[in-house]
Amino acid sequence: MNKAPQDTRVVVGMSGGVDSSVSALLLKNQGYDVVGIFMKNWDDTDENGVCTATEDYNDVIAVCNQIGIPYYAVNFEKQYWDKVFTYFLEEYKAGRTPNPDVMCNKEIKFKAFLEHAVSLGADYVATGHYAQVEYRDGEYKMLRGVDNNKDQTYFLNQLTQEQLEKVMFPLGHIDKKEVREIAKEAGLATATKKDSTGICFIGERNFKEFLSNYLPAQPGDMVTMDGKVMGKHDGLMYYTIGQRHGLGIGGSGEPWFVAGKDLKRNVLYVCQGFDNDVLYSNSLLAVNVSWVAEHIPAGEFVCTAKFRYRQEDSGVKVKVMENGDVEVIFDEAVRAITPGQAVVFYDGEVCLGGGTIDEVFKKGEKLTYVG
Amino acid sequence: MERIYLDHAATSPMHPNVIDRMMTVMSHDFGNPSSIHAFGREARHVLDEARSSIATSVGAGRNEIIFTSGGTEADNMAIIGVANANKEKGKHIITTEIEHHAVLHTCQFLEKSGFEVTYLPVNEAGLISIDDLKAALRDDTIMVSVMYGNNEVGTIQPIAEIGQLLKGHQAIFHTDAVQAYGLISIDVRGLGVDLLSVSAHKINGPKGIGFLYMREGLKLNPHLYGGEQERKRRAGTESVPAIAGFAEAVLIAQSMMDKKTEQYLQFKDVLLAVFDEADVQYEINGSMEQSLPHVLNVSFPGTNVESMLVNLDLAGVAVSSGSACTAGSIDPSHVLVAMFGKDSERTKNSIRFSFGLNNTEQEVRQAAETTVKIVNRLVRK
Repeated sequence: MNKAPQDTRVVVGMSGGVDSSVSALLLKNQGYDVVGIFMKNWDDTDENGVCTATEDYNDVIAVCNQIGIPYYAVNFEKQYWDKVFTYFLEEYKAGRTPNPDVMCNKEIKFKAFLEHAVSLGADYVATGHYAQVEYRDGEYKMLRGVDNNKDQTYFLNQLTQEQLEKVMFPLGHIDKKEVREIAKEAGLATATKKDSTGICFIGERNFKEFLSNYLPAQPGDMVTMDGKVMGKHDGLMYYTIGQRHGLGIGGSGEPWFVAGKDLKRNVLYVCQGFDNDVLYSNSLLAVNVSWVAEHIPAGEFVCTAKFRYRQEDSGVKVKVMENGDVEVIFDEAVRAITPGQAVVFYDGEVCLGGGTIDEVFKKGEKLTYVG
Repeated sequence: MERIYLDHAATSPMHPNVIDRMMTVMSHDFGNPSSIHAFGREARHVLDEARSSIATSVGAGRNEIIFTSGGTEADNMAIIGVANANKEKGKHIITTEIEHHAVLHTCQFLEKSGFEVTYLPVNEAGLISIDDLKAALRDDTIMVSVMYGNNEVGTIQPIAEIGQLLKGHQAIFHTDAVQAYGLISIDVRGLGVDLLSVSAHKINGPKGIGFLYMREGLKLNPHLYGGEQERKRRAGTESVPAIAGFAEAVLIAQSMMDKKTEQYLQFKDVLLAVFDEADVQYEINGSMEQSLPHVLNVSFPGTNVESMLVNLDLAGVAVSSGSACTAGSIDPSHVLVAMFGKDSERTKNSIRFSFGLNNTEQEVRQAAETTVKIVNRLVRK
């Protein structure tokens, strides 16, 4: 597209946070025809009638009026419930640790929202994600944000060419500190607003309490790998592999960690010591794999991978299977690989794509206690 | 981009004569109408004159007009104030499913404090049935509140018939006439109405002022206590400039009523003719006959209201869905749900055009053409 900025409509997904506020401001300053849209994905109205979505939308209104762009809202509660929250619960029910942000990007922000934006005549959608899009060698590449500490490509791993050609990430080339400075300098209403943390629909609430509203918790035994009962767990869904806090196992020696689960017997496996061998594995099987590039890689190749957000990359070998699933073999054993989380592949700064961790192996043998 | 405003049912621009009148009052008559000195007397004179002409506009006496901050306060005052003052006679109230939230939420509030409320359903045209009302009426019914003209779809309820029906019954009859006032000739005596709510900003007057007509002799528990203004029924120093502006707007509305009605009906025809010519699929929500002249609610199958409203706004045409927003996103309209059921697509693909001061046929045609373009774009996908 070679339209002049003033003829290019960019719809910015605005959350009421500082990142999307600054994204909108930067685009407006570049002369684009910017429209701000707030997505309402979750109804969290509490018993006092207070709803954080309303508070956030009020911030969107204030910022858009400061910048001088029109603002609207769109309701995706139903889509979010059907595509993201249902998946979220299903995964927990299956004893896994899902990543709703990856699903939200795939199904809501870069699908339902993108379609809505296009229906409003948008040439592009933009968000406040820390990632970069570059057109290079005849296709769109997704690069890590230059602020490596904030890089969000991990959550965006399911994006494809079709989406990237319509996406702008105005914050990809600057760091978070600068974003705050730009917001302060412009006097934006969200300049000093606290970053949101955790899963968006849970917010600051207690995770256990939230989940217990939707899934019945079944307390059971907490045992060591060789069957020694160490205590009680509150329900398997509340624990993730490698977790230390909340086990309540006292005594002397090194701290205890979650090593795995047995859904059938409703047992939580625990082990002692951060570096306990039980926590380590050598390879994994990933499903629902999506590649950024038009040409899906085949066979084997070497790259780096992340198994959790904000983790250092690990060297891996990727084997693409015929059905599209991939086997990922680690150069060195990796700690606490968790089914349900995303595995995301990188070639240097370029994000290649990713999938969902389904099975975990140690020396070729499936770790049944991990899932 | 020339913007076109077709959302006069939401609020309307102030008439220049209203602005002039208010400027005059603000500049010269700043006194407190309750003061004993000359400044106060001047303000009191302005207030009394305004009250008289406003009372005349609905065939009421000047002691029957209570100025409020607007339609919402008038509705609250009528329903809560009168229900509480009459609760020894019964605790049953009848209203409709398609009331403005100022009435609906007020009734829901009363339900929490021990009143019982019957919500009358409506047919697909948005009309209640007199038979339903008869069936709902009980010996302990103390109030019937039925809106005059609906703000979302324009349907006009059989107010005179209801007034007739309630003759000889203890129930007090309230009507929310916020949307109808100024376009329908209203005579409270002839209609048999006991309470009637009106707002200034819908008729090219200022925001923040309205009135409640309350028939002489009715009991009311006030909700504001303080001075003796409004015969102790609503304390607080009167907003004299706003009331003077309101009275001016009323005079203009009264004198222009027939002309406006004719013009707006013509606008409806123009709008629909453009849709017909372009062969756009649409359905009218409500009645073309028993309807407010300035409100037209149209369903466009295959579109969705969120997309329609934003697209129209970005193209410079201001319309609305007529329903409430939560966190800026649009909830299905309770009025359309009452008319068509909650699963009807119409609750998700309907928009409201409403005409008013300064609109021209050219504007209406242009807005219709813009609508056609957007509908075609959205439906084709």
